[in-house]
Amino acid sequence: MALIDLANPTRFLALTARLLPWLIGVTALLMLAGLQQAYMAPDDYQQGATVKIMFVHVPNAWLSMFVWIVMTAAALGTLVWRHPLADVAAKAAAPLGAAFTFVALVTGSLWGRPTWGTYWEWDARMTSVLILFLMYLGLIALWRAVEDPSRAARAAAILTLVGAINIPIIKFSVDWWNTLHQPASLIRSGGAAIHPTILIPLLIMALAFSLLFLTLHLAAMRNEILRRRVRTLQMMQAAGRA
Amino acid sequence: MTALGALIRRDLLIAIRAGGGALIGVLFFLTVVVLIPFAIGPDLPLLKRIGPSILWLGAMLASLLTLERLFTADQDDGSLDLLIMSRTPLELTCVAKALAHWIASGLPLVVATPLFGLLLNLEPKESLTVALTLLVGTPALTLTGMIGAALAVTLRRGGLLLAVLVLPLSIPVLIFGVAASNAAALEPSSFGTPFSILCAITLTTLVIGPVAAAASLREGLD
Repeated sequence: MALIDLANPTRFLALTARLLPWLIGVTALLMLAGLQQAYMAPDDYQQGATVKIMFVHVPNAWLSMFVWIVMTAAALGTLVWRHPLADVAAKAAAPLGAAFTFVALVTGSLWGRPTWGTYWEWDARMTSVLILFLMYLGLIALWRAVEDPSRAARAAAILTLVGAINIPIIKFSVDWWNTLHQPASLIRSGGAAIHPTILIPLLIMALAFSLLFLTLHLAAMRNEILRRRVRTLQMMQAAGRA
Repeated sequence: MTALGALIRRDLLIAIRAGGGALIGVLFFLTVVVLIPFAIGPDLPLLKRIGPSILWLGAMLASLLTLERLFTADQDDGSLDLLIMSRTPLELTCVAKALAHWIASGLPLVVATPLFGLLLNLEPKESLTVALTLLVGTPALTLTGMIGAALAVTLRRGGLLLAVLVLPLSIPVLIFGVAASNAAALEPSSFGTPFSILCAITLTTLVIGPVAAAASLREGLD
């Protein structure tokens, strides 16, 4: 029962201390390899070099949704099993998810300017990612508004679960809204499958960014555990002095 | 059942007798509707075109305004603890509270809508359609908002956070409410689809809202 073993924060800290240097190394190597492959990849015959934004944009867009799934699993861990590390995991994941979503939005916007001629379009996908970003920010605000960490964890867990149910509904309704109001001029038709020269760098970058998330997540969880220890020590010190 | 009936009765009496709660929501709704022409100019054709959207936005903001009181008053006088500890399932208590809150603050918005439609140059039939969509949609706003109200009940600065948490979750209601209202005006044949989906969303929130609100009340206050 690895998950039960990890419930002990000290054991978790010891394990991640051994794991993190390797993870950092592998992530850096993969990221370099992916960037090099992306650099070598051929330009698109229509979009030219701007298509290379995709190698950053698509992995971030994937992660923006993946992080919410991770937080949903952590929320279940908090509410159902009261796993002590689950709320740490959920809290550490929220700003990372917001950051990945933000990068996806910004790169998408920068990509849209040369190809679509506009920084922002109320396209269904962009709109639902923007709403996802707002929900990340709301979740972070909720984390910060409650002082007691375990109570904040349970409130945030409920909001995460509600979001997990609602995000598909929002996505569906935004799709519906967009197709009703404007013709599908920007949504490109399926087209041919991605050529291997582009697909392979994309997959490497996706793996590199996923590892980046794992590395940052573990590091943020370590920081959160240490932050809580410092807080507890300060409280004990203050109580002792009083 | 009698406990829930008593709870609904009590909440309604408080809403009617203390501070004119329902009327403040309607007054805020009216103010929003009046402000829009100042912002975009007294252009009657334009107002007629965006009228349903303005009414929906106004009603949404007005229902948000009254949401904070849903649990905080009970929290202040301690009756929330009694409600949580009582033998009635907390989920049903939440449904009862949402129902009372909707009758006190959502229904007046619906009733006022046909009147405010006149200010926006809407035909009576269009106004009545918007009122119909609001009649179906405002319960969903209350039920979704109840989750936020339950999460924010223990916070010091709950009000702003409540809006930030609840508004993104209400986007589907807004989309289909406005779509149904516009469809009725432009092409009556396509009214049914968005209206049915709006009903479906309301029914979905009837399940999710009380369960999530009850869970966060239990988790937040122990």
